Amino acid sequence: MHDKKNNRRLIIFAAAALIIAGLYTFYQLNFDILYYQLPSRLNRVATMIIVGIAIALSTVIFQTITKNRILTPSIMGLDSVYLFIQTVIVFVAGARSPLITNDNVNYLVSMIGLVIFTVFVFKYLFKMTGNHVFLLLLIGIILGTFFSSLSTFMQMLINPDDFLVLQSSMFASFNAINEQLLWITAAIVLVMLLIVLKDFHSLDVITLGRDHAINLGVNYDRKVSQLLLIIAVLVSVSTALVGPIMFLGLLVVNLAHEVFKTYKHRYLLIGSSLIAVITLLVGQILTQYVFNQAVEISVIINLVGGVYFIILMLKESRR
Amino acid sequence: MIDLKGISKFYGQKKVVNDVSVSIAKGKVTSFIGPNGAGKSTVLSMVTRLLNHDSGEVLLEGKNILNAPSDALAKKIAILKQSNNMDLKITVRELISFGRFPYSKGRLTQKDNEIIDEAISYMELEDFEERYIDELSGGQRQRVYIAMTIAQDTEYIFLDEPLNNLDMKHSVQIMQILRRLVRERNKTIIIVIHDINFASCYSDNIVAMKDGKIAVSGKKDDVIKKEILEDIYEMDINIECIYGQQICVYFDEHENATVDDFIEDQARA
Repeated sequence: MHDKKNNRRLIIFAAAALIIAGLYTFYQLNFDILYYQLPSRLNRVATMIIVGIAIALSTVIFQTITKNRILTPSIMGLDSVYLFIQTVIVFVAGARSPLITNDNVNYLVSMIGLVIFTVFVFKYLFKMTGNHVFLLLLIGIILGTFFSSLSTFMQMLINPDDFLVLQSSMFASFNAINEQLLWITAAIVLVMLLIVLKDFHSLDVITLGRDHAINLGVNYDRKVSQLLLIIAVLVSVSTALVGPIMFLGLLVVNLAHEVFKTYKHRYLLIGSSLIAVITLLVGQILTQYVFNQAVEISVIINLVGGVYFIILMLKESRR
Repeated sequence: MIDLKGISKFYGQKKVVNDVSVSIAKGKVTSFIGPNGAGKSTVLSMVTRLLNHDSGEVLLEGKNILNAPSDALAKKIAILKQSNNMDLKITVRELISFGRFPYSKGRLTQKDNEIIDEAISYMELEDFEERYIDELSGGQRQRVYIAMTIAQDTEYIFLDEPLNNLDMKHSVQIMQILRRLVRERNKTIIIVIHDINFASCYSDNIVAMKDGKIAVSGKKDDVIKKEILEDIYEMDINIECIYGQQICVYFDEHENATVDDFIEDQARA
């Protein structure tokens, strides 16, 4: 009976996402520049859907593995590594290098860098730490801090013009996303989504903890390292596409927990993806029409997310 | 039948389990007893693949358990560890349903639901089937976990201190259910237990451990003996026969002895 209610909630969220996406696409559509305006808006909507799904999925899975509701994959230092890659490019090759100005090349370099980092961390360090997730996270925090300190150091040395170029990659942006990259990312995210959805029942079992999961026949260590790699790929592609926007995950997954009140990943995965898409769409509408592009969308999301988080903490402490 | 062949576990330089070899008979209740830190729980975890052993092997009906696929093993052996704190919004019935995961992989069939119903009535949990587990008392929660293990319907059931946090009534209830599982369904049950009188009354075989090694193992009457237990626990223990059961009394035998006298005696010894 609880499931039925949750099914209804999923439908409501899906409808809301569709309506808001429709509104965003067709609001004040100027028919004189239809040929330019419509594809550009659809491009943004598609980007938001893909990034929303990638971030929601990776955060849900990450919180299930770590059994912690205030962690996000950014703790593994992927954001810092992304910024580090951008900074190194500007520092070494300069802001006019094709490595930073050409979207395709930049995407490729960022992807390769992030994947090398995660494969190193997960395949190598995960084995070395004896499959301890929390030890791995601690190493992630240290590496994250290390890379962001290095980035900050280099940012001090480069000239202010280069820094301005660099700054644009520090915030997520959904404007003018390269179409080719969008499709590549969409394909990768879709594959990951299918892999996760195919086996979401074992995520439910992993929620019970390592001992129960092994008892119930889930090959825990292999499954977890597979899931960590999926998280890494999802975070890497979405970060390489739009930039770092990890606070979104924390916000939407906690909202999904509040709304669905269940351990079942069928609802958590789909629900938080829908909430993420809605949040991004609303954020984008606010940046475009209320703030007239004066504020980055990630600033709005961080503001809303931060306020929500404080409310959440106050509510928890009052219990 | 489960055979442990010289299994050991090291934590750094320390050998917490040292060359343990023992056979566990089928269709019996076998209890592991011994002081804290004797390595009982570690042995249990290694036998049930929760923990890797550093040397030796565990044979389940003649085959090494590490070679068996994890999901096939989940239909043969079930393990319930002692700490089961879960911060999840999950109802009693949903948790017990997880016991069917090795068979149904999450898609419950009619047969699964019947087995779940049966496990619920076996543990007398009908009244709070739809309650969330974080609303239950420690004893009720323990019964829910045992029901989940019953729903898993394995030949071998391992329980690590199943009486933890339970009062006398519920302890007796659980031990009687375990005996019933052996009697009616020919299950093999292996428990780690601290209360030696519960071990003595309800098990068929007892394995006594000390300092990571097996001190004695055998039929319960061969293990529940004054000299053996005194050696294992390093304290005075007297054994009385009450209603045909060997009962350990940790008190002094002089007349009108108080607990304080006993403690003094212990200090002197």
